[in-house]
Amino acid sequence: MTGSLRSALGYVAVAAAAYYALVVVPRDGDIAVMINGSIYAGYAILALSLALIWGFGGILSFGQASFFGLAGYVYAIAGINLGDTAVALFLAVAASAAFAAILGYFMFWGRLSDVYLGVITLTVSLILFRFFNQTAGEEWTIGAAPLGGFNGIPSTPILTPIGHPDQPLSPENIYILSVMALAFCYLLCRFVIATRFGRAVVAIRENPVRAELLGYDTRLYKLGVFVIGGAIAGLGGVVFANSVFVSPTMFNLQTNGQVIIWVIVGGLGTLAGPVLGCFAMLALSTWLGSLNGVASGWTDPNLVMGAVLTVCVVTLRQGLLPTVVAAGERLIATLLRRIRIQKFGQPHAVDEPL
Amino acid sequence: MSATPPLLEARGLVMRFGGVTAVGGVSMSIGEGELRCLIGPNGAGKSTFFKMLSGQLLPTAGEVLLRGRSIAGLHAASIARLGVGVKTQTPSVFDGLSVLESVRIATNAILPPNLARRRADEALERMQIGHLAKAVVGSLAHGQRQLVELSMVVSQAPDLILLDEPAAGMTGREVERLGDLIIDLVRTCSVIVVEHDMEFIRRIARTVTVFNRGVVLAEGPAAEVMSDARVRDVYLGKEAA
Ligand SMILES: Nc1ncnc2c1ncn2[C@@H]1O[C@H](COP(=O)(O)OP(=O)(O)O)[C@@H](O)[C@H]1O
Ligand SMILES: [Mg+2]
Repeated sequence: MTGSLRSALGYVAVAAAAYYALVVVPRDGDIAVMINGSIYAGYAILALSLALIWGFGGILSFGQASFFGLAGYVYAIAGINLGDTAVALFLAVAASAAFAAILGYFMFWGRLSDVYLGVITLTVSLILFRFFNQTAGEEWTIGAAPLGGFNGIPSTPILTPIGHPDQPLSPENIYILSVMALAFCYLLCRFVIATRFGRAVVAIRENPVRAELLGYDTRLYKLGVFVIGGAIAGLGGVVFANSVFVSPTMFNLQTNGQVIIWVIVGGLGTLAGPVLGCFAMLALSTWLGSLNGVASGWTDPNLVMGAVLTVCVVTLRQGLLPTVVAAGERLIATLLRRIRIQKFGQPHAVDEPL
Repeated sequence: MSATPPLLEARGLVMRFGGVTAVGGVSMSIGEGELRCLIGPNGAGKSTFFKMLSGQLLPTAGEVLLRGRSIAGLHAASIARLGVGVKTQTPSVFDGLSVLESVRIATNAILPPNLARRRADEALERMQIGHLAKAVVGSLAHGQRQLVELSMVVSQAPDLILLDEPAAGMTGREVERLGDLIIDLVRTCSVIVVEHDMEFIRRIARTVTVFNRGVVLAEGPAAEVMSDARVRDVYLGKEAA
C-alpha cells in the first residue's frame, strides 16, 4: 500500500472515530459514558504528548505526568482565584510549556544521556507528587485556593464560556470539548512532524551526530519538541481537571508508568497508536476492576497490565496499531493477488522460463 | 595585513585520550580548491584529526583556523554552518529515513523549501542514486550508504569537505565514479580524503600527507611521498621495533 493511501485511510479512521465520539455518543445521552469519555480524552492527550516526544523526538520522559499535573494545579488555582477559567486554561498550558522549557534547557544543554534524562524527569514528577501531597492544612492556601494535600482540590472549577464566568459548562459540553481537544492535539502533532522542524526532529532521533554535522543544533530541536509535548500534556491535565478534579495522583509513579505502557502497547513511533493503547488499557483496567470476587487475585489490574505489556513487547514487537495495519496490508495484498490470478492466470517473473 | 590566509590551517593539534596520544601535534594547511590525500596505517590518528577539525572532539591543545578564524571549541553544528562537510569513517546516515528525505534534511538546513527540493534532486543525480530516492537508507548496502552520506554532504556545497575512507565497501565501478566525483568537487571547493586504496590515491592525488602514530611523517607530491623509504616501511609494518 502506498504511503499516501495509508495516510488517507488514517484520516478516514480518525474522522470516523470523531464522528462516533462527537455525534453518536452525545445522541445516546448517557452522562456516565460522557464523563468517562472526558477522562479518557484527558489521558489520551497525555499519551499523545509522549507519543510525540518519545516516538518522534526519541526523548524518553519518564515523568511526562509532571506537565499534566502541574497544568491541572495551575488551572485549578488560577480558576478559583481569577473566577475566569478560560484565562486559567491558557495560564495552565503556558505554565506547563514554560516548565518544560526550563527543565529541557538544563537537560539538553547539560548534554545528559538518555538514561539520566529518564531519571531526572521521573524524579521531578515524584518531587511534585511529594510536594503537593504534603500541602494539607490552612497554611497551604494560594489566594482562595486550598491545595488540600493528598485530597487535592475537589472544588476544581469547571470551564466557563469566554465572557460568562458564572455559567460552568455541562458535562456534555465538557465531553465535547475534551474530544475536540484530543482531535486538535492529534492534528497538531501530525502537523508538527510534517514541518521542516518536525522532519529535523525525526532525523535527530535517527542520528544526532549526523544531524549536528549537517549544521543542526540538536539541543534547540529537542527543546522545541519537548516544550510542545509539555504544552500538550498540560492541555490533557486541564481536560482531566474538568472531568475529575486535581490531586497529587496526577503526578504519581503509576500515572507516569501507565503513559509509557500506553505508548508501547499502542505502538511507539505512531500517534494514533498510543491513543488507542490508552483507551484499550483504561477500558481493560475498568473492566478488571468490576470483576470483584471471581479469581480476584488473577484479575488484579496491575498484574494484567504487566502481562499485556510483556506480550506486546515480546510477541508483537511493534505495538497494536502497527501490527493491525501490517496485517491489514497483507490481507489486502493477498486479496489483490487472488483477484489478479483469477483475471490473468498465474503471475510469473518476467525472466523466469515457465 | 598579509596575503589571504589558507582555507584551513591546523596548528600543533593534539588529542589525548587518557594516556593515549591519538594525535600528537599536527600542523597542516589546505588552500582553496586543493585536493589533499591523507594516508597512514590504522590507528595513526587520521579519524581523530578529522573529528577535531569538524568539532566532534575538542582538541587537548592546538588551534584550528578556518580562513584565519579560530574554530576549535565551536559546536559541530556551528562549524558545519561555516562550510565544513564531513563524511565519517563508518557511514553516519539516517537509517529510518528514505534516501531523498535524508538529503532533504541536509538541504533544508541551508536553503528555503523550493530550492532545497531542487538541490536534493540534483545531489542524487550527481551521485547517480536517483533510482534509490524512495529506498529506506537502513536497507541499503554499505557502498550505497556511503553514497547517500556523500550526497548529503555534497548537497550542502561546503567550502571544505573531509572524506574519511569514502571508497570502503564500494564496487570497482563505484570507486571509479567516486574518483571522478572528487576531481569534479575540487573545482568548487577543497577536499581532504583519507584512503587506504593506493590505486585510488595514485589516480586522484596531487599532494599527499602521511600520518604515523599521531604525527606527520611525510608530506609532498604523491609520487615523491610514495617512493619515500620511511613511508614504505610504515605501510609494510617495519616500523615496529
Ligand atoms: N574515543 C577514543 N578513546 C580512546 N582512544 C581513542 C578514541 N578514538 C581513537 N582512539 C585511539 O586513537 C588512535 C587513533 O585512532 P584513529 O584516529 O581512529 O586512527 P585512524 O583513523 O588513523 O585509523 C588509536 O590508537 C585509537 O585507539
Ligand atoms: Mg580512521
